[in-house]
Amino acid sequence: MRPLLRPPTRARLARGRRHPSFAIGGALTILMLGAAALAAVWTPHPIDGVDPLARLAAPSLAHPLGADHFGRDVLSLILAGAQTSVTVGLIAVGLGLGVGAPLGLAAAMRRGRPLDAAIGRTTDLIFAFPAVLTAVLIAAVYGPGAINAIVAIGIFNIAVFARVARGAAIGVAARPFVAAAAAIGRTRAQIAVIHVAPNIAGVLIVQATIQFAVAILAEAGLSYLGLGVQPPQPSWGKMLADAQTYMFSHPLQAVFPGLAIMLAVLGLNLFGDGLRDALDPRLKTLRLG
Amino acid sequence: MLAFTVRRLGQFLATLIAASLVVFLALEVLPGDAAQILLGVEATEETLAALRRQLGLDEPAMSRYVAWIAGLATGELGTSHIYGTPIAEMLGDRLAISLPLAALAFAISTAIALPLGVFAATRRGRLGDWLVIGFAQIGLAAPNFWFGVLLILIFAVTLGWFASGGFPGWEAGFWPALQALLLPALALALSEAAILARVVRSAMLETLGEDYIRTARAKGLSGRRVLFGHALRNAMIPVATILGLQFAFLVMGAVIVENVFYLPGVGRLLLQAIFQRDLVVVRDLVLLLSGFVILVNLLVDLAYGAIDPRPRPAA
Repeated sequence: MRPLLRPPTRARLARGRRHPSFAIGGALTILMLGAAALAAVWTPHPIDGVDPLARLAAPSLAHPLGADHFGRDVLSLILAGAQTSVTVGLIAVGLGLGVGAPLGLAAAMRRGRPLDAAIGRTTDLIFAFPAVLTAVLIAAVYGPGAINAIVAIGIFNIAVFARVARGAAIGVAARPFVAAAAAIGRTRAQIAVIHVAPNIAGVLIVQATIQFAVAILAEAGLSYLGLGVQPPQPSWGKMLADAQTYMFSHPLQAVFPGLAIMLAVLGLNLFGDGLRDALDPRLKTLRLG
Repeated sequence: MLAFTVRRLGQFLATLIAASLVVFLALEVLPGDAAQILLGVEATEETLAALRRQLGLDEPAMSRYVAWIAGLATGELGTSHIYGTPIAEMLGDRLAISLPLAALAFAISTAIALPLGVFAATRRGRLGDWLVIGFAQIGLAAPNFWFGVLLILIFAVTLGWFASGGFPGWEAGFWPALQALLLPALALALSEAAILARVVRSAMLETLGEDYIRTARAKGLSGRRVLFGHALRNAMIPVATILGLQFAFLVMGAVIVENVFYLPGVGRLLLQAIFQRDLVVVRDLVLLLSGFVILVNLLVDLAYGAIDPRPRPAA
């Protein structure tokens, strides 16, 4: 027998599934994650498989998306590039969630106190250095590399999640059940972990999808400039930079890596929008990068 | 308002000083020895000592920091290690490209986004609204450097209407210079227009649902008058905030787009300075760019306080 009332979470997710953004975004996101997982175990051709005879080859059965200036299979490089993007995105968002969110929660629980002010001013400072500038600073000292991109995007994410978590937690902390928990003798830490954190999880999950998309764009941008992922590790941004050299004679080379970035980011953005509408359309999120 | 302005100015100065310390520590203290970075591991001790003296690296870190800040305050930005040219001179030439580029992109994005946002809000849930939402999603997802490459493919490679990159200089005339900036500005403007169109649409939808709009309609005002005289005017408060912040993001986006179009602006100078290990140039440019972001945030906050008469919530 069907229950008369569905549990709220199931009802919300059911509403989300009907949302076109949720469905299209979810499908594109699964495609990107699937491509990254597949590339970890298999690619149609080896990603370091240089083949002078296939140099800048047009799409064919052997190379469905063509071959690059070293004769490497573009489809294989795109799959491996997905792996790079997903890895950078997961670590950068993980840093934000793991470090930034607890800091924001702590700031909200100590609202108006020195800890809150210190965290607030630190996030202000981090926002003064968009990921490109932080990556520039790190690259100037240590040279370009994938770690630069991860650290630069991750530091920025820490500030984003701290600010979002603080704002959401302040709203939850003002609700009666939090006052009731304090009245029965719960400590501030217990209230934060048991009562406030679960109630801000929704906004953090939605923010995580947005920041994942921003991280993919930032990584591609930094690698395009030569400050991020270095050869031979494949990256969509680096592929695009290489393709620009051959743009006049082989314009298709510049199309596929950009399309991969756009579809990955589009998928995450749509998925985040759908998720937000399903969980709570009034959720406040930031879009910074 | 006065107390808020004073407090916000204090925060601005504190953040600026903290940013300068971060840049100084990152580039002058943490790496240990800028002379070693410049000359590489194979440099002899004598050469290193001579370069350290020349760069003033034998001075204590604190006095180098004070000298740097004092120099910035008086417009003395130091001299490029690689070119031996005063940085202020190099920066002046580059800003003459980067600032017009950002301003042009800002004008294009606003000109696209305002009408689109208003149009979508007045056709909520209809085909026109969905098309604008679709445009905004694509604009947000397409990286500006890829969009730039596509613009080159279409307008330079295929149609031959524009050059694929480079800058003839303002001395070549206003139109040739503007022509060289048009495609980069379009590439920069797309994602900003997408963000702005979404903000305009949601701000308009919120305003159109207000009681005073119903009153204005009940008074018999024309739809156009209600839309532009009442709704758009009030919807501009959140839009103005985003407009200010966008200018900062445009300047940052220009760092990448200038490299797509080989424009010799500030972004290209910054990237060249990194690859040539010209740390003095990197130091000055990074602080100037982050100082610009901090300044824009301050101006947006002050403007918001001035145009929105409602009391500000506590931080």
